[in-house]
Amino acid sequence: MNDRAHRIGDVILAVDRVSLAFGGVKALSDVSFDVREHEVRAIIGPNGAGKSSMLNVINGVYHPQQGTIRYLGREYHDMDPHEVAESGIARTFQSLALFKGMSVLDNIMSGRNLKMRSNILLQALRIGPALREEIEHREVVERIIDFLEIQAYRKTPVGRLPYGLQKRVDLARALAMEPRVLLLDEPMSGMNMEEKQDMCRFILDVNDQFGTTVVLIEHDMSVVMDISDRVVVLDYGKKIGDGSPDEVRANQAVVDAYLGVSH
Amino acid sequence: MAENLSGLDTCDTFPKLLLHHARVRPEHPAIREKDLGIWQTWSWHRFADEVRSLACGLAAQDFKRGDHLAIVGDNRPRIYAAMCAAQCLGGIPVPLYQDAVAAEMAFPIQNAAITHAVAEDQEQVDKLLEILPQCPSLKRIYYDEPRGLRHYAQPQLMSCDELLEIGRESYRRDPAFLETEIAKGAGADTAAMFFTSGTTGVAKGVVLTHLSLIDRARAAAEMEGLNDADVVLAYLPPAWIGQNIFSYAQPFVTGYCICCPESPETVMSDMREIGPTYYFAPPRVLEALLTQVSIRMEDASALKRSLYRHFMEIARRVGGAILDGKSVGTADRLLYRLGDALVYGPLRNVLGMSRVRVAYTAGEAIGPDLFRFYRSIGINLKQLYGSTETCVFVCVQPNGQVKADTVGPAVKGVELSFTPERELLIRSPGLFKEYYKNPQATAESKDAQGWFHTGDAGYFDADGHLKIIDRVKDVGKLADGSLFAPKYLENKLKFFPYIKEAVAFGHGRDRVCAFINMDMEAVGNWAEKRSLPYAGYVDLASRDEVYDLVRDCIERVNADLAAEPEIAGSQIHRFLILHKELDADDGELTRTRKVRRLHVGEKYAELVAALYEGRPVVHVEAQVRYEDGRTGSISADLKIRDAKTFPPAAARKAA
Repeated sequence: MNDRAHRIGDVILAVDRVSLAFGGVKALSDVSFDVREHEVRAIIGPNGAGKSSMLNVINGVYHPQQGTIRYLGREYHDMDPHEVAESGIARTFQSLALFKGMSVLDNIMSGRNLKMRSNILLQALRIGPALREEIEHREVVERIIDFLEIQAYRKTPVGRLPYGLQKRVDLARALAMEPRVLLLDEPMSGMNMEEKQDMCRFILDVNDQFGTTVVLIEHDMSVVMDISDRVVVLDYGKKIGDGSPDEVRANQAVVDAYLGVSH
Repeated sequence: MAENLSGLDTCDTFPKLLLHHARVRPEHPAIREKDLGIWQTWSWHRFADEVRSLACGLAAQDFKRGDHLAIVGDNRPRIYAAMCAAQCLGGIPVPLYQDAVAAEMAFPIQNAAITHAVAEDQEQVDKLLEILPQCPSLKRIYYDEPRGLRHYAQPQLMSCDELLEIGRESYRRDPAFLETEIAKGAGADTAAMFFTSGTTGVAKGVVLTHLSLIDRARAAAEMEGLNDADVVLAYLPPAWIGQNIFSYAQPFVTGYCICCPESPETVMSDMREIGPTYYFAPPRVLEALLTQVSIRMEDASALKRSLYRHFMEIARRVGGAILDGKSVGTADRLLYRLGDALVYGPLRNVLGMSRVRVAYTAGEAIGPDLFRFYRSIGINLKQLYGSTETCVFVCVQPNGQVKADTVGPAVKGVELSFTPERELLIRSPGLFKEYYKNPQATAESKDAQGWFHTGDAGYFDADGHLKIIDRVKDVGKLADGSLFAPKYLENKLKFFPYIKEAVAFGHGRDRVCAFINMDMEAVGNWAEKRSLPYAGYVDLASRDEVYDLVRDCIERVNADLAAEPEIAGSQIHRFLILHKELDADDGELTRTRKVRRLHVGEKYAELVAALYEGRPVVHVEAQVRYEDGRTGSISADLKIRDAKTFPPAAARKAA
């Protein structure tokens, strides 16, 4: 693992004293943590701890009432999800948001949308520069299909695939943006053991091969402890722990709040 | 073509064949692989280039004449190039099963003191690294697919790309080296070593020479008229001798092109895209394909379903005969042609078999209905017999002489004979040289006259076709001394959908009796369709209607047996239907679901006795073990019924 520590770079994303409230409900209060380039960073916590809200704040879906987010050294306020995506942060969703009627290939191609430069008319007619562009995009997509081992389902409508594979397609679409930071919202929920293992391997491979920084929310503790470099623990919107998996495991507040009091 | 062949004949090793093709048909496709959704083609020229660089690289890495090269991976161009590269240097490729667990790989590597290995990807590299402590001889591991391996620091590891670079560099320095090495090779040298799976004991390394492999590959290619326009899909493990013959030895002999699927899951669609002309599938693959077709037909519209039913009936009646070139009435011929346009043609297309000229199946007994299905829709499916020790081609059914239950006459060059115990003996130019470092096993299976003892029992039918009935050790004799082959009977019975397992008894007795295990799903469905109420397995199994159904199956088998004088005495006289499914948990089946006949005979000795005593009913109380580990007992009264048997002569007249 020395080798891993070697690759992990400077802080790429810093969340500083962020608070978010919906009316009287405080979803996040005064949360700060940072994410370093090339690391796998997990956010854990019991149900309702504010994990998804945290991702939504980073992602630009919610705008926090207080606090700042710095990405690549620049502070950003009130960016909408579209702009965040263009700046290189991609995400997947806990409840899948794929186009069920479209093929796997088209779904992943849609992830390239932000990178398409030619105008919509040329794209529709598939002529001139648009055709060239499409071929380039297709190559990127094919590499991702190969990487995630979903060659057999290229032409299959996503709605017909089992859940575990749909999750993989969701990841593929996020990867198609060639993001610097990948936000994964419970990538392994609803999966069986084997699918989870596959997904772990894919996340680590993505991190390894493309150097993508990964921020993930996950419930399965064994998974989190296995694949992440550092873990943030939230409880009732507050940060109660932060550190390496071993440190977090040894943190009494975390044990009490999340892992349950051991007997 | 003729002048190409004359040049070919002088090539006595695979590397020489490769150079020949690179010279004669440089731009002809040699091997294809689907990558990133596009079929990538290596011409023979490119293939030879790749082999040359790999070979020079291996030589620079201290791989010497006589060394073994382990090769672990799925079908990929590099895997086959690596085999040839080892052979160029006079080394011996040892392909290993890619789905074997790490521990199973240790034995071959220790046994042959393997120093170099080529692995497909991270998965295989991990396995090799795992057994590294037990295999100190292993010094170098080359991997094809670098994914996930960037941070592996083991000094043994190197990527194939790096190896190729080393090879190209050393080729630039000394371009004549490899040609000289290739020229040093001779046909009698060892070409490859295959480890038999070891189901019957410890794995053994089967040593095969260039001559034996080339001879068999060529004999079969000539028989089937294979040429460089043929196309094969390589989808079974390269460590299995059959795949190696079809995707290495035969393309090298004929110059045809092999195609590697994109991934194991895409084989079906890749096959449709490629349209192979030469195809091999074990019975279980053919069965799975047919099941898929049947399921999709059930979902089709009523019109399509009735078309399918109607024309499949015609195909069953005349399809096989038309394929065999036998005479068929004009009306049927026209109907079949119409069916070909409407049903069989599209069906072949869906299966990816539109262009198949020759298809083989082997490995286990194939159900006659399954076999006839493929033949009836115009696919030239044939059976063959062979093994690793014989370079596959011992018997092949010639076109026009195809039968569901034989494996055909001997291929050119093969001599067959039988011991008094009916064990099949083979003498052929394709015989293996020896079992590696195992002179005792070699001596046991290959005698002084050069006969290979197969361990299979069989006989020739009236047309001189070989019929394999069982393993010799399982074949017995009835009291009158006639042949008793329980597995043969059981297989025949199991081909009926209603019969899940059968156990035949008869060794040392005056007649044959059998236990039948009904197939709950099939019989349950059958009962439902006939509105036959039943309470459960035991109840259904004891129904007279079910007994009649099973008796009907048995009598059809008896009629079949009566037509074969060798085995007519084995007709089943009495049977009973067991009250429970035979189960591995109760020790009645092996974990691979083979009946443990002796054990079942002992466990149910009372039932066996009742069969032979002629009692009409027998009470049984048996312990069963549930899946959660608890035990319980089932008691039932089992009926015993007689089945009609046929006098051998009369049946022959009828047939």
